[in-house]
Amino acid sequence: MRLARFGLLAICGVLLSGCDLVLFNPSGDVAAQQGDLIIYATVLMMIVILPVMALTVFFAIKYRKDNEEATYEPEWSHSVSLEIVVWSVPLAIIICLAGLTWVATHRLEPYNDLPRITAEKAIDPNVTPLQVQVVALDWKWLFIYPEQGIATVNEAAVVVDRPVEWKITSNTVMNAFYVPEMAGMIYAMGGMETELNAVMNASGTFEGFSANYSGNGFSHMRFDLQAFEEDGFDEWVAKVRDGGPMLDRAAVNVLENPSVDHDVEYYGEVEDGLWNLILNMCTGPNDLCLNDMMMVDALGGGGIDGLWNREMYRGLCTADDPQAIFAILRPDLVERGPEILQSMVLDADTDPLPPLNSIPQAN
Amino acid sequence: MATSPVTETAEHAASTLAQVSPVFGKLTWDIFPFYDPIIFATFIGTCVLGAVIVGLVLYFRLLPYLWNEWFTSIDHKKIGIMYMILATIMLVRGFADALLMRGHQALASAGYVGYLPAYHYDQVFTAHGVIMIFFVAMPFVTGFMNYVMPLQIGARDVAFPFLNNFSFWLTVSGAVLIMISLFVGEYAATGWLAYPPLSGLEFSPGVGMDYYLWSLNIAGIGTTLSGINLVVTLVKMRAPGMTWMKMPIFCWTTLCTNVLIVATFPVLTATLALLTADRYLGTHFFTNDMGGNPMMYVNLIWIWGHPEVYILILPIFGIFSEVVATFCRKRLFGYTSMVYATCVITILSYLVWLHHFFTMGAGADVNSFFGITTMIISIPTGAKLFNWLFTMYKGRIQYELPMMWTVAFMLTFVIGGMTGVLLAVPPADYVLHNSLFLVAHFHNVIIGGVVFGIFAGINYWWPKAFGFHLDRFWGLVSFWGWVVGFWVAFMPLYLLGLMGVTRRLSQFEDTIYAGYFFTALIGALLVAVGLLAFIVQIVVSIMKREQLAVDGDPWDARTLEWSTTSPPPYYNFAFNMNVYEIDAWHHMKANGAKPPQDGFQPIHMPRYTASGIIISGFMTVMGFALVWHVWWLALITFVASLAWGIGHTFNYKRDYYVPADEVRAIETGTGVVRPAE
Amino acid sequence: MATHTSNAPDGDYEFYVVEDDHHDGEHHHETGTMLGFWIYLMSDCLIFGILFAIHAVVGTNYAAGPSPADLFEIDKILLATAFLLLSSITYGFAVINMQQKNQSAMMKWLAVTGLFGLGFLGLELLEFSHLWHIGAGPGASAFLSSFWILVGTHGLHVTAGSIWLVVLMVQVSMHGLTEANVRRVLCLSLFWHFLDLIWIGVFSFVYLTGVLL
Repeated sequence: MRLARFGLLAICGVLLSGCDLVLFNPSGDVAAQQGDLIIYATVLMMIVILPVMALTVFFAIKYRKDNEEATYEPEWSHSVSLEIVVWSVPLAIIICLAGLTWVATHRLEPYNDLPRITAEKAIDPNVTPLQVQVVALDWKWLFIYPEQGIATVNEAAVVVDRPVEWKITSNTVMNAFYVPEMAGMIYAMGGMETELNAVMNASGTFEGFSANYSGNGFSHMRFDLQAFEEDGFDEWVAKVRDGGPMLDRAAVNVLENPSVDHDVEYYGEVEDGLWNLILNMCTGPNDLCLNDMMMVDALGGGGIDGLWNREMYRGLCTADDPQAIFAILRPDLVERGPEILQSMVLDADTDPLPPLNSIPQAN
Repeated sequence: MATSPVTETAEHAASTLAQVSPVFGKLTWDIFPFYDPIIFATFIGTCVLGAVIVGLVLYFRLLPYLWNEWFTSIDHKKIGIMYMILATIMLVRGFADALLMRGHQALASAGYVGYLPAYHYDQVFTAHGVIMIFFVAMPFVTGFMNYVMPLQIGARDVAFPFLNNFSFWLTVSGAVLIMISLFVGEYAATGWLAYPPLSGLEFSPGVGMDYYLWSLNIAGIGTTLSGINLVVTLVKMRAPGMTWMKMPIFCWTTLCTNVLIVATFPVLTATLALLTADRYLGTHFFTNDMGGNPMMYVNLIWIWGHPEVYILILPIFGIFSEVVATFCRKRLFGYTSMVYATCVITILSYLVWLHHFFTMGAGADVNSFFGITTMIISIPTGAKLFNWLFTMYKGRIQYELPMMWTVAFMLTFVIGGMTGVLLAVPPADYVLHNSLFLVAHFHNVIIGGVVFGIFAGINYWWPKAFGFHLDRFWGLVSFWGWVVGFWVAFMPLYLLGLMGVTRRLSQFEDTIYAGYFFTALIGALLVAVGLLAFIVQIVVSIMKREQLAVDGDPWDARTLEWSTTSPPPYYNFAFNMNVYEIDAWHHMKANGAKPPQDGFQPIHMPRYTASGIIISGFMTVMGFALVWHVWWLALITFVASLAWGIGHTFNYKRDYYVPADEVRAIETGTGVVRPAE
Repeated sequence: MATHTSNAPDGDYEFYVVEDDHHDGEHHHETGTMLGFWIYLMSDCLIFGILFAIHAVVGTNYAAGPSPADLFEIDKILLATAFLLLSSITYGFAVINMQQKNQSAMMKWLAVTGLFGLGFLGLELLEFSHLWHIGAGPGASAFLSSFWILVGTHGLHVTAGSIWLVVLMVQVSMHGLTEANVRRVLCLSLFWHFLDLIWIGVFSFVYLTGVLL
């Protein structure tokens, strides 16, 4: 294992000096495990790849036309025992690899809470993961720290050895949030929330970027991820908090304008519920939030009126009793309320709805 | 804060959208790339070259010849050759894009700005991908299948000869549209699969995406029709006695490939049609809002896209199987397991598409399922590799050019296969996805597999098609240029991928990667030498054709295409043949078969028709009109192509009989081979 | 069949077939066309399969706009369905008459089929124009996009089938029931029944399910 890594680095070093394979030498435990996995899988496959390559060369030389001494059997074309080898050797390797894949994929599932800090260090149950909300914009990254009530553009900070829960969305096209030193990437998609759990094990400044092509300014869609010890992080938070204006809808609407190679920006305050507005793509003054829209759809649609006047459904989700409001807006559907809700139970786990009995049966 | 508030994209969109005239649509003088010296110089160069070619054709009065003997031909052999010519031309274009990118990245990574602005660079890598897959690899593969398969099954043409010609010209139509986009307007800047919402109207308002959509829509119909045609040919037109398990392996792989085409290209057509609807009708299939769902597009495009990879590689596996058996002077090892492996790959290729986007967050169960199905494909692929290996075992290997390409393929492809399996492990993919490692991987399988196979096939079947060998010296130069160039160009990309460098970057913020990109550029230049040598090889061979002339069976090969003359007469075979064994021609030779010198019969052949090229011409103009919103022209050309198509069905005299005397004259060498009227 | 063979030394193999190619060639061609047309229909079926799958995904994304219950007038749809189903039966009668070599009766049934087809298209156009006028165009929501494109694609197929029908009637009247024309009538028959089948899918999954849910 070590040997293989050393071997790779040696080859690399011989080829070109100054070669730093980040993926095999990262600063975060998740990325380290992912890098190790690459090496395990490669070694496993080498068991069959190397003999095949060696045999190819060997046969290619031995059975060349000039070599009259080699045996020549023009009609020999079948051998049960060889066929068994031909199919079973790759099969055996793939069975091992499949087992490895199943286990590793489940262990390193980015949505799950981290099981450990490093191989040597367990999770401290008293420490909650740091929450960071990430928004991909054209062509810059916005980070919101809900606990600290601050936000930054193109710069993020985390605490060394404290798990981080990244919630990721996009305000534009699809991007991928990627810090190679920390963990693998996850797509950022408009109107959707993805999640990445990871941890940094060393302090320093690390590079992060979008790993999914997103248009003109893509090459410069990069940010610095700073990993601090506890004190340093607090200082950084204080610096951000002092530094800047409030991040509200208006500020987000300004950030939405495409820009390339955007400078770092600090926001000392964040408007309440802004993340939800961004996630539901309704930071504009007249937008109908996606969650409101989906609520209307789940309740049977907004009717013909909804074609012209969708805005009347604004705020449905945040209302105390959404069904009551809906009953006023769509009295024609109230009779079918329970039935409609019943048909929605399928996706109840993603978008919890008020209980059935809250449907008003009046009218 | 950097000052780039208004992007070039938006600026361009504003300028084109502002002017939509009822007569000219979005067409204005601004569409010509006067602003970009590189494109403009290429534009002028292409115009001059085009004028010279047209001038030469007219001067030597070649037009009637080309029209009568080639453009309207429904001879599968001529169509096959035309596919290869199209693919070669587009290969030069696609490779020029590759060189541009390698040169630009080498400069940009060394701290210079480079010569391509991001907006232009993005178009170049999009065009490179689209061209290489749809207009290089596909036509090469289709060309081989068209030329070789009917000969191998002892048939005189394909099942639907007119459709074959029509499919070809539809492919040309798509290629023409993509070439026009280089000079008139712009091309898509979205990446070759054009994920929405980036490819939607909101984020790509220019005409580039529309060129992309219409060229692929038109070419895709051609590919589907060709797939149907070749499947029916294989099912219905095999020589008597050629049961399924006596078909040459190349025919098996052709069958599986065309089944895949028929079963996946409709998915592409539907998906692109829906994206077209999003852009032209304002629908909300793949938009972020109004209930649309971009993830649906990503799923659908890869449900086509992954089988597409096998559509390309399977016939190439077939080529290698034929080449290995011929040049090892030995029967192919494990014919039956080869057939099963091909079929298993065909079926499994549908069950792996999600491995292209593990990072979408589908959950561990789904990701590991698709990861494992992907790995399972490597089992039949590995079996194939072993079969070629054991065909070499106890053989007498002749190192003619096709065999050299095959050995190079075997050594290169295993590495590509290995990195592919690596990428199929989801947690490994999280760090390698969209990186240059991925780029290196798929070039490793596509160049090391498909392209090497194409060259093996060209060197192998060229003597059959033209009656003389390809020059060996220039063939060797081409071989070493490509093989060495490939390794030098892509090994640095593997390393860069492991260093966390992502793909599609046009600018770099530090210079530590410069050495790698420079090495890759050197590799690309070596490949350029290989490509140039290939063209020189063809020219030199044509000049030396007297010296290089061959008879019908120069390689002492094993399958039926070698039983007729080189080049074959337009009716392929004077007599139908009975098949008793795998490797039918080898079996015939072993049993001393001699073609009869008497008893010639009239041969039933299809007639040439100009409908294919004319309808495709209308459709090209229609595509162009739709791209530029010139609605009246689109309507007229649409009606015209429909009317011409209907008119074509009123022609009932589609076939004729070659008189027995003419067959006798050709077969006994007393007559001149005369193509069908 | 073989009139002359080239014998191998041991005499077991007849490698070259010297025969009269005429009838065999024709026969091959005909069966090939039907197989090819079937494969085409399957690939077309796949396109509809994609459209249905998409409808399954976005069919309830009304974007706070109308749902099927607000839009569809099921009695008109039933009438259109009846037209199309009847047209399939009348096409069947046309094929029966063709097999009995009764050309004039076949032509009459084909004409009836065409009229039913046009009736279906007319009803569909009425529905589309109604939707367009109340503002429920294809851009109003993902559900409406999917509805317009799915039903519209089917409608375009019926239009193409109707044009083909007219062309075929002209061709039969010009050349009679030749082998080529019989083949074409049978291909169009496959196409027409296929469209019927797709419509049954549209009716059940888009209209009925939409209105009932």
